[in-house]
Amino acid sequence: MTESTATREVGVHLQESGDDTRLLVAAIEADNPQANVSYLPGIVSVKTPGKLTIRRESVEAKLGREWETHEFQLAIISYLGHIGTWDDDEIVISWDH
Amino acid sequence: MAKMSMKARYSALTRDLSWEPSYVSEQDVFPHTTFEGIKIHDWSKWEDPFRLTVDAYYKYQTEKDKRLYAVLDGFAQSQGHLSLSDARYVNAMKIFLQGVTPLEYAAHRHFAYLARQLNGAGPRFAALCQSIDELRHTQTEIHTLSNYNKYYGGLHNFPQQFDRVWYLSVPKSFFDDAMSAGPFEFLISISFAFEYLLTNLLFVPFMSGASYNGDLPSMTFGFSAQSDESRHMTLGLEAIKFLLEQDEANVPIVQAWIDKWFWRGYRLTALVAAMLDYMLPRKVMSWAEAFELYFGQQMLEGLFPDLAYYGIRPPLHVKEALAEKDILSHQVYWTLYQFSFAAAFTTTVPTADELNWFSAQYPDTFDRYFRGNWEKAGRIAAGGGRFFFQGLPQLCQTCQIPMLFTEPGDPATICQRSSDFRGEHYNFCSDGCKWIFDREPEKYIQAWLPVHQIYQGSCGGPSVPEVLAWYGLQDGDSGEYHGSADEQNWARWHAGAGIETAVTGG
Repeated sequence: MTESTATREVGVHLQESGDDTRLLVAAIEADNPQANVSYLPGIVSVKTPGKLTIRRESVEAKLGREWETHEFQLAIISYLGHIGTWDDDEIVISWDH
Repeated sequence: MAKMSMKARYSALTRDLSWEPSYVSEQDVFPHTTFEGIKIHDWSKWEDPFRLTVDAYYKYQTEKDKRLYAVLDGFAQSQGHLSLSDARYVNAMKIFLQGVTPLEYAAHRHFAYLARQLNGAGPRFAALCQSIDELRHTQTEIHTLSNYNKYYGGLHNFPQQFDRVWYLSVPKSFFDDAMSAGPFEFLISISFAFEYLLTNLLFVPFMSGASYNGDLPSMTFGFSAQSDESRHMTLGLEAIKFLLEQDEANVPIVQAWIDKWFWRGYRLTALVAAMLDYMLPRKVMSWAEAFELYFGQQMLEGLFPDLAYYGIRPPLHVKEALAEKDILSHQVYWTLYQFSFAAAFTTTVPTADELNWFSAQYPDTFDRYFRGNWEKAGRIAAGGGRFFFQGLPQLCQTCQIPMLFTEPGDPATICQRSSDFRGEHYNFCSDGCKWIFDREPEKYIQAWLPVHQIYQGSCGGPSVPEVLAWYGLQDGDSGEYHGSADEQNWARWHAGAGIETAVTGG
């Protein structure tokens, strides 16, 4: 295969719905410097090469309130990659092989 | 007591609540997980990265429903049906309610079965959550679209139509095929091929289309349902990795299922292709673009290199699917146009702007193969002779779509394949559908093909009006959009806006 797990794209589709999503995307962008954000009607797409990390602390700092990683389920509508980690502190999406 | 971590809670609330049977054998408790030839050595190796527990599940599902129903209330109160892009748009949602909602219900039933029959506590709990999700989707879709049923045709009788109408036998037979397979094949067919491989092609076009065409409630139920979808995608991906890691002997079995279910699922998306390109008055993206992005880039370049590690290659017939991307929607909608007198939606010739949009989106194919048909159909319709096909089409024995597809590399020649089995002759639309039949002819010769059933006298009678009555179609459901009840109502609602007096009373 031409591309490795370090460079193959992973990503998420989120509902484009108000401030919570906007701040969530801002937190993801801050933690994933190569993230590329694009829009379809109703949808925000965030893609990045290799690995996408969503950190609870970063999201809480943007939202100014407590946020548990389970709450990500209210925003996510689809993803690309494999969810390797989903624990109290972070969600990590990458390819395995 | 200190709050447990997600990992500890998950372990406590799923696996710790399970037990090893002692007075009956495991085989007797779970009798359906051996006959397919799949070898599982250690069910505890199944991972659920979501680590979803029942308390968190209900907490977030409740929140999702609250948000959705708040939107539905506001929509009904504010006469939201008036703010659609055009009445024609509702045809997309008619196809959704008739063809997709019953699949959600079927999925609810079958995941309940898996929640009982899989040996591992982890996958049983994931299947249970999905079963409840699918019931929620069924209910929320019906509640949402019932708001349009007050104003539009084609939405009043979908469960009966799902069981009877010709084009709805395509999704119905697809899911029946999966449900009548074993539990592992079902996981590959629905959880992997349908929910992971093709989900973005199936659902994102509908939901983004709803958003862009002013259909707030459908967009909201769609995204509410899709928020469960990421769990379902995960179940599919975990299922395939689990099967491939458990035993090398599983690899060829799984590969054959991927080959089969990719093509089955891809053929099902033919209806989505037509919807996306032709039924949305305001276009989101072309089918070709959606297919390149969501299947080509994301699955072939993203997922399949990951699966190559296990010895899995991209599906057979993937080349044929890629080669069809610039012709698929045009061929399918052209057929729907000719047969919508027998459908629970209406069709019409695309506007001049739409034809130009197709030319721009499909520069290699549209003007050469399809524009002429539409211009001719438009001239005939303008002369008062809107034509419908007077006859019944040959259906593919496997996918049950009329044989409208063309030879690979030759969009002007209809593709026809056939096989003989036990003295009978069977026809197929493609190499992919023939390959699927030839693997399991005993299964597919039992297909309930709507056209054959009409000829056999099983569908209300020999004449078109008798068949349409048996389908449960009413005036205003079918035919040509221009002049339809939907179009006339829409024009009336929007004429003289500001001076029309509201309808009051009971």
